[in-house]
Amino acid sequence: MIEFSLNGHAVKVQALPMTRLIDVLREHLRMTGTKEGCGEGECGACTILIDGVPVNSCLIPIVQADGTEITTVEGISKDDRLDPIQDAFIEYGAAQCGICTPGFIVAARALLDSDPHPSKRAVREALAGNLCRCTGYQKIVEAVVCALGED
Amino acid sequence: MKRGVTVLSPCYALCMSPVGINVPRADGPSKVRGDAQYVDDIRPADCLYGATVRSPRAHAKILEIRKDPNFNWAGITIVTAADIPAKNVVYLMTEDQPALAESVVRHVEEPVALVAAESRDRALDAVRHLEVITEDLPAIIDPRHSEGSEIKIFGADNIFKKIAIDKGGTTTGGTVIEGEYSVGHQEQLYIEPQGMIAIPREDQGLTFVGSMQCPFYIEKALAPMLGHTRMNVIQAATGGGFGGKEEYPSMVAAHAALLAIKTGKPVKMIYRRDEDLRATTKRHPSIIKIRSIVDHEGILHQWDADILMDGGAYNTLTPVVLSRALLHLTGPYRCPNQHLTGRAVATHTPPNGAFRGFGAPQAMWAVERHMDRIARTLGIDPVEIRRRNLLRDGDTTATGQTLTDTGALTVLDEALAAAQEPLQNDPIHPGGGEGRYARGRGVSLVFHGCGFTGNGEARIKGKVALELDGRCIKILTASTDIGQGVDTTFPQIAAAELGIDVERVSNAPHDTANVPDSGPTVASRTCMVVGGVVQKAAKQLRQALQIETASEETNFDMLLSLRDHQAPLRVMAEYQDDGSMEWEDETYQGDAYPTYGWSCSVVDLDVDLDTGEVLYRRHIGATDVGKAINPVIVTGQLEGGSLQGLGYATCEEVVVDDQGRMRNDRLTNYIIPTSLDAPEMVTRIIEIPYKGGPFGAKGIGEIPMDGPAPAAAQAIEQATKIVLDTLPMTPERVMNALEAVE
Repeated sequence: MIEFSLNGHAVKVQALPMTRLIDVLREHLRMTGTKEGCGEGECGACTILIDGVPVNSCLIPIVQADGTEITTVEGISKDDRLDPIQDAFIEYGAAQCGICTPGFIVAARALLDSDPHPSKRAVREALAGNLCRCTGYQKIVEAVVCALGED
Repeated sequence: MKRGVTVLSPCYALCMSPVGINVPRADGPSKVRGDAQYVDDIRPADCLYGATVRSPRAHAKILEIRKDPNFNWAGITIVTAADIPAKNVVYLMTEDQPALAESVVRHVEEPVALVAAESRDRALDAVRHLEVITEDLPAIIDPRHSEGSEIKIFGADNIFKKIAIDKGGTTTGGTVIEGEYSVGHQEQLYIEPQGMIAIPREDQGLTFVGSMQCPFYIEKALAPMLGHTRMNVIQAATGGGFGGKEEYPSMVAAHAALLAIKTGKPVKMIYRRDEDLRATTKRHPSIIKIRSIVDHEGILHQWDADILMDGGAYNTLTPVVLSRALLHLTGPYRCPNQHLTGRAVATHTPPNGAFRGFGAPQAMWAVERHMDRIARTLGIDPVEIRRRNLLRDGDTTATGQTLTDTGALTVLDEALAAAQEPLQNDPIHPGGGEGRYARGRGVSLVFHGCGFTGNGEARIKGKVALELDGRCIKILTASTDIGQGVDTTFPQIAAAELGIDVERVSNAPHDTANVPDSGPTVASRTCMVVGGVVQKAAKQLRQALQIETASEETNFDMLLSLRDHQAPLRVMAEYQDDGSMEWEDETYQGDAYPTYGWSCSVVDLDVDLDTGEVLYRRHIGATDVGKAINPVIVTGQLEGGSLQGLGYATCEEVVVDDQGRMRNDRLTNYIIPTSLDAPEMVTRIIEIPYKGGPFGAKGIGEIPMDGPAPAAAQAIEQATKIVLDTLPMTPERVMNALEAVE
């Protein structure tokens, strides 16, 4: 049995140790906010936080999740209140097709938790592991910078 | 206002129209929370997983599909062409493409068989234990060897389509300037791979749920294969399309259907990224030759061009792509004598298909590089050469269309004015135009025909219905939201017409069982054409409610209260040809498009002289959009499209082997720009209204794809003196050219 905290709730999972964390989240636990775009750690659509650190959940075997605290996009908003990053994404049109959006929001949350006042350059660096094909990134960067003022 | 974005107050409808303001996206909250249901998030009860067995060779006889006797086949269902209920075809423009190859494969990765299993892993495992035994036949991989070859792929001569456009005659004297320009494949690279679920219905029909642009395409594509029309198609939230989900989802749906019929259970098919890259459609590679005659001022007197386009193994949409390429091959320039020819040929490679721009990016690359060649030859500034030749109101195009609402000069002046401003953001790249970095700026000018070519709209007659139920209005349309925002902009258009709060209007789910056929979500037509039908339907609803004009206090609620206990009210509107367009498909003469969008790109970049890498600093795009229904959404379209254009310019290269198989079939080696590769984007929206569009709107989805690549090429030339006429301008190509100059 592998045990971890998922968005603040204790979870126990029975799975083969090399099962990908993304499959446990999406298929076993039916938490489908985390998306799969490439399955090889290039697109960042499956970004989640393990103990506050953004990782690609398609590259993590479930055995590595044992005893950790995991946050997915479902855990970013609190009590039905959107996180300032989520509000800013809506206002700036930073989500278009939306498939990369959960990964971006999780990665941006990790950035703002570690550096509350990043420069635009730092935002671009922090999000360079997340691919977006719709926006050209500028609206995403603007949304993250804007969310600073709200944090 | 702090955020620089309009925040809506509850009563804003009383003071302003919802058109032209930044109504927040209807799908925003569900997408930022991760609640939006994409196809792979949906799991019907008892759902099986499907996977595809594909051809290992470009052109070969299928001798056997061999099952590994040592594999455990329990619970695995296999489907081959023998299981197809009616005709083995996925219908599009023609019936040449089979759902599953039967005796011969005509391109690598062509579907040959299907499997279904209780888990995704089991299905993929089964595919690995099915070997397609083939015997090679001679294959054509290079499109230059296709026409008239003894090896037959399509028809008598391997030509999918041949078109010529002629205007005027010839000219004597002047300077003859000739060039050849070529482009490779480009992958749409939607972040959500192709996916579809087929669910058996009680009436022996099928329900499809999937990632797509055009739900009605799937019904039309599958009816001949199924031998019936008992189906409905529902669009799931769709993670990007860019043309890649125009026609290909029909193939995925056909396969899911065959497995669902055989197993009697719902079957889900989700492509892996590598499979999606190798097997699905790409932008057409093209070779373009231009011969122009100019006087000493650089004025065009004759413009002859020829394009050879690689369609791949099946017809798909290639004839239409060729048509758009040819119609853009004159560029946004006036010229009295023009002779354009184009051929799209068949090769034993995966079929190429729709991708944002649909032939125009290839054409505009060649046209704009050729304008630079003229400037270089005559020693005239490249911007000046464009300014002298740009189309203006009252000019006629190669097809004899007289232009109105022409924005060419306006977008040029706006972009150049914006380029006077210093860069706003932190410098994204080191450099500064010194040492190993050479700094340059390039300018391109493009036009893009909005909507279908010629009589297209009059033929398909797109329909939209509005339903008033209680106090809310539903828009019923097959125009899907694939990220471009139609679930937000259509309600804005309807609400503006009715004079009501936009929050009371929404698009109904895009399910063919309930919505009329509005035509496909393609060709920069959705807002301009279908949005016009939405407006027309709203006018009909207004009449039905006896509201005289939208501008006065309509007292919508009072009218509704009179109808409170009545049945829902439904109106249907249809596109109607107003007779203003004349088009001859035989001669390619007349009004090729309802109107045109115009765009100028200014690219600032550094070239790393040590690595050949191009580092983008800024992209300025000034674009005539007619009317921005929602400026944030329009800006998002323009910026995203521009970055796809910059990717096309320098990093997106499809490498194929001698069988036509994509070798760099992963995101590790098919490189699209990241946030660090992307430049600062400056977007200038110009509104020169088109009288046929809702509130003046023109189509804008594709035009940002057309201009960035040639602007980048000109900037590289200015920075380094190297002249590149082949896309993409990868570091390797840049380095080779730099070495040749030295």
